[in-house]
Amino acid sequence: MPAEAAKAAAKPGRLRRFLDSDIGWSFRHTPAAWLSALVLALLILTALFCPLIAPQNPHDLAQIFIDKAEIPPIWSADGEWPFLLGTDPQGRDVFSAILYGTRVSLIIGFSAVLVSMAIGVSIGLIAGFYGGRIDNLLMRLGDTVLSIPTLLMAILVSAIFRELLPPALRDPFAAAVLVVSIALTSWVQYARTVRASTMVERRKEYVLAARIIKVPAGRIMRRHILPNTLTPVMVAATLNLGLAILSEATLSFLGVGMPITQPSLGTLIRIGNQYLFSGSWWLVVFPSLQLGLIVLSVNLLGDWLRDALNPKLR
Amino acid sequence: MPAFLFKRFVNAAGVMLAVAFLAFLTFRFVGDPVELMLNEQASQAQRDELRVRLGLDKGFLLQFATFVGNALRGDFGISYRNQQEVFTLIAERFPATFELVLVATFLSLAIGIPLGVYTAIRRDSLLAKALQFVSVLGVSLPSFALGILFILVFSVNLQWLPAFGRGEVVQLGWWSTGLLTASGRKALILPGITLSLFQITLVMRLVRAEMLETMRTDFIRFARARGLPARAVNFRHALRNCLMPVITVTGLQIGNLIAFALVTETVFQWPGMGMLFVQAVTFVDIPVMAAYLIVVSFIFVSLNTLVDLTYAWVDPRLREDALSGGANAR
Repeated sequence: MPAEAAKAAAKPGRLRRFLDSDIGWSFRHTPAAWLSALVLALLILTALFCPLIAPQNPHDLAQIFIDKAEIPPIWSADGEWPFLLGTDPQGRDVFSAILYGTRVSLIIGFSAVLVSMAIGVSIGLIAGFYGGRIDNLLMRLGDTVLSIPTLLMAILVSAIFRELLPPALRDPFAAAVLVVSIALTSWVQYARTVRASTMVERRKEYVLAARIIKVPAGRIMRRHILPNTLTPVMVAATLNLGLAILSEATLSFLGVGMPITQPSLGTLIRIGNQYLFSGSWWLVVFPSLQLGLIVLSVNLLGDWLRDALNPKLR
Repeated sequence: MPAFLFKRFVNAAGVMLAVAFLAFLTFRFVGDPVELMLNEQASQAQRDELRVRLGLDKGFLLQFATFVGNALRGDFGISYRNQQEVFTLIAERFPATFELVLVATFLSLAIGIPLGVYTAIRRDSLLAKALQFVSVLGVSLPSFALGILFILVFSVNLQWLPAFGRGEVVQLGWWSTGLLTASGRKALILPGITLSLFQITLVMRLVRAEMLETMRTDFIRFARARGLPARAVNFRHALRNCLMPVITVTGLQIGNLIAFALVTETVFQWPGMGMLFVQAVTFVDIPVMAAYLIVVSFIFVSLNTLVDLTYAWVDPRLREDALSGGANAR
């Protein structure tokens, strides 16, 4: 159909438009950016489709055989197909466990960033829009949160939430508890940036015009001001994704995060740590490398985004 | 100046009060302290007696006031788990954490500053670029994973350094130190490096950025024009001007290091406050958790205030700003 082809050529797809924009140009010409985006895409896809890729479901006891316990990785003398990265003392395939664990880590990391962004952006909008006493109160709250080391705060919050839940609900809600405790300790940065830009925006004429025709305050904040404050929020969100994944891993490693029944990468490292002196090094090394790879690619992408969106550096 | 001083202190006290309130809420509402402190066979009379002794029958605000009063006197109650005074428990563990943080701070300066200077002066060399990349790597790899990998390489495979504990310690009064024995110093190496790695990359990036900025200024160009050797220009002129922010950040980061030490301490089974806290969290030993929160926040807030005050003392402009903001007190 020539007509449709012409239409498609005239109206390039989103990807095409992105690659042709200024940001896209910078993206194509920064190897660190597209390489890490590629790695990250690969990691996310393998994690999402892990049931299709993993040779074994590490949560299905019917697929685990105790006589296959502690097999070293495939390239060592005692390695055995299909256990690419070896097995743990219960006979679980480490490669499969890492894929499933990556899914857990990524889901918690992304949700924590989304929740903390939602909290931070709302607080920033309200503080910046109303100003005065509300602003003062909310920002003092933020100062107080920042005046306690984040890690300590997150451990404490997750311990409290877990304790408040009835024992039967603790494991199913472990991920939610982690998301909340990471979000509650990392919203301040978003609130500060959004507040700063809201205070600038609310004096502009388009906001004044909206107020004159009596648009409700909530709608002004959401529809008019919010879109104009989002660029720095996106940069902060990308950089915080790495931090959120690290926080989750740290909490799980310390034993206040994901339980052994739904291990994240941090839990896997915690389990592997117990076998450190028995010579089963692959139990701890591979989950650590995977975790490092995820956070490294997120950080490189975030660094690039920050520089690319900074008009001073262009 | 007195008005500024006063404002800073009120601020710090406000934050500490908020922290104390959080600690108090945890203590009061996470589990019933009476149930946690007595065993199951305790009679109703014993329960009531303990309830009165802990002051749990009083009003909420009065309880909070008592809690703050006790905390100010260093009385954080009795640990649920091992029935010892929480204050003694923390005081016993404090030297271990302090020495670890001290070593980490020293390492971060001793390694971070030279690396930062090098990456700034030889900006385009291959090694400098490699170091820049390694610094991103250092931020990305979680410290506990690095610590475990260190143990794997240096303790399990090479057997050069101990994997856990403090080695032999010497008691100096109530302070226990591992710095005076060979095994104590050996035991400090791996945890010290693990804790300082993040800090090293931070110092390195900071020194690099500051150096690049200073190298562009006129007095450096003038020093060069005078024909001074490169080493004198780099170190005596440029580096000196970068040290103030480095010292500030190092000071501010000590609080964070103390908090982060709890991860390192768990990896290396280091008998410090952090490990005490992590154990307390797993056993829901709330008095220890609350006390640790208060102690660490206190150190954190004091350091912040101290840095602010030093800045105001060094830079009079900040003082004026704070004053004009704080109405017409004086």
